[in-house]
Amino acid sequence: MLMGGKVHIYGDHIDTDIIIAARYLVTFDEKELARHCMEDLDAGFAQRVQAGDVMVAGRNFGCGSSREHAPIALKGAGISCVIAKSFARIFYRNALNIGLPMLECPEAVDRIQPGDEIQVDLARGVIYNRTRGETYTTVPYPEFMQKLIAAGGLVPYTRAKLQEAGHA
Amino acid sequence: MGLTMTQKILALHAPGQDVQAGSLVECRIDLALANDITAPLAIQEFGKLGVEHVFDRTKIALVPDHFTPNKDIASAQQAKTVREFAQKEGIQWYFEVGRMGIEHALLPEAGLVKPGDLIIGADSHTCTYGALGAFSTGVGSTDMGCAMATGSVWLRVPEAIRFVLTGKPGPYVSGKDVILHIIGMIGVDGARYTSMEFTGDGLQYLSMADRFTMANMAVEGGAKNGIFPVDDAAQAYAKEHAGDIGTILEPDADAVYRETIEIDLSQVPLTVAYPHLPENAHSIQEAMAEDIAIDQVVVGSCTNGRIEDLRVAASILRGRKVHPRVRMIVIPATQKIYKQAMQEGLTEVFIDAGAVFSTPTCGPCLGGYMGVLAAGERCVATTNRNFLGRMGHKDSQVYLAGPAVAAASAVAGRIASPQSILQEV
Repeated sequence: MLMGGKVHIYGDHIDTDIIIAARYLVTFDEKELARHCMEDLDAGFAQRVQAGDVMVAGRNFGCGSSREHAPIALKGAGISCVIAKSFARIFYRNALNIGLPMLECPEAVDRIQPGDEIQVDLARGVIYNRTRGETYTTVPYPEFMQKLIAAGGLVPYTRAKLQEAGHA
Repeated sequence: MGLTMTQKILALHAPGQDVQAGSLVECRIDLALANDITAPLAIQEFGKLGVEHVFDRTKIALVPDHFTPNKDIASAQQAKTVREFAQKEGIQWYFEVGRMGIEHALLPEAGLVKPGDLIIGADSHTCTYGALGAFSTGVGSTDMGCAMATGSVWLRVPEAIRFVLTGKPGPYVSGKDVILHIIGMIGVDGARYTSMEFTGDGLQYLSMADRFTMANMAVEGGAKNGIFPVDDAAQAYAKEHAGDIGTILEPDADAVYRETIEIDLSQVPLTVAYPHLPENAHSIQEAMAEDIAIDQVVVGSCTNGRIEDLRVAASILRGRKVHPRVRMIVIPATQKIYKQAMQEGLTEVFIDAGAVFSTPTCGPCLGGYMGVLAAGERCVATTNRNFLGRMGHKDSQVYLAGPAVAAASAVAGRIASPQSILQEV
């Protein structure tokens, strides 16, 4: 599974209130949430971001609330993947559950510069920096998680499992 | 290799599975919780799974508390979605406005949490129930939707950090000061993915209210859960509220901890966390030296809206007035606490002091309503997060503190210690 685009770079501890402020949690429509994604920190983000773009950040990305609206807003905005030094656990889980891949790769975060174009090969756990001609490697997802992401998230994945077990 | 308290609870709910740290286990759940923001999405995802009904209508709690009583039309629609689902599925623990409370104060009070239980909730502060020796953790709406269908959840078994608490806290130093102090030490990702296990002789000085506050904010250190031993105080609470002391589990003597951190409670100062992260902990002396003028004070939330918190705030406000430049908003966390505050005369103290006294809601904590901040405004709040824009405008500021400092600051019009206010008489 290949994905990629331009990078949007942020710092440490990007919290879920920054990704999508609570005042917008009166809907879970991804396009509506996307319009306000990152608004309090970077008001121009929603205008600049394009389908396939990659978000790059420091430590503890997604800390704070359990609102799944946060990864939904990023996905709705067109972000195809987030690369960070580390992730907060609820956010990490939520992102994978909706089929938005998260890659932990401190080396990539340290090397990637504003304006770079990135391509990610999820199956191999490799990040290509097209602008700098560099390659960064990370631990590839286990097969079940690749399937879960390819299926579009936990719900389609679970539905298939339930059907297998004859519950539905 | 010995097991921690969290591993023991996970093992109880995942028979025959390996519960060493790092293992993935599929656990049976005792309760799954969602609120008016997270439930609508969970209900939609549940609907996609193709099951006829929820796995057990007695093991799901739905609490409309964030934007209720409905703040606008969109939030009314969300609350309606939750209400109709609860009716259709016959959800036993749906709490309507007028009978509800802030979820993490409400569920223990309503007796839905017992020692040894495994609880997930589509709200990050679900970790609160660790105060009762339960394993509880926050998840998202999709996990909640799947759990409503299957009655189970997959979890990665966390490593643990042991916090050994010794000594007796000083005057007015509460669980809030202790947890802000700890987060100040370890940082907002210091306990990322781990279980914070609290132990030590100092526990005898921490009330159940203090422990709920501390477990509640484990997530602000990045933890998966925070957990306390089931001592006499916890057993008495469980007996009073749940009528049952549940399953009491203790860590093995040779349990493995990633780290052990000792905290002498007598050395923990009254603590204030500056904007925009809970790790920005400062002592009240440092804060007072900076002479930080404020516009608003909020006492309430799942962190500090319990009767003990209101009693402390009222003891400082009694016979005093909220500073002319300050709005003070006091929000009891549940209807029961609201009524108790009235019966104890606390409501009168707050109203006489010039404070607002409101029906239970999460409202201001997350900048929803009932106390949203304008640009440039500063608030002292007993809530749990002071992120950029958390309570309103991106150029507003939130200082986190316990109820004593919050009440004293309301009187002083600037961040102040209770001692500085009480001396002024």
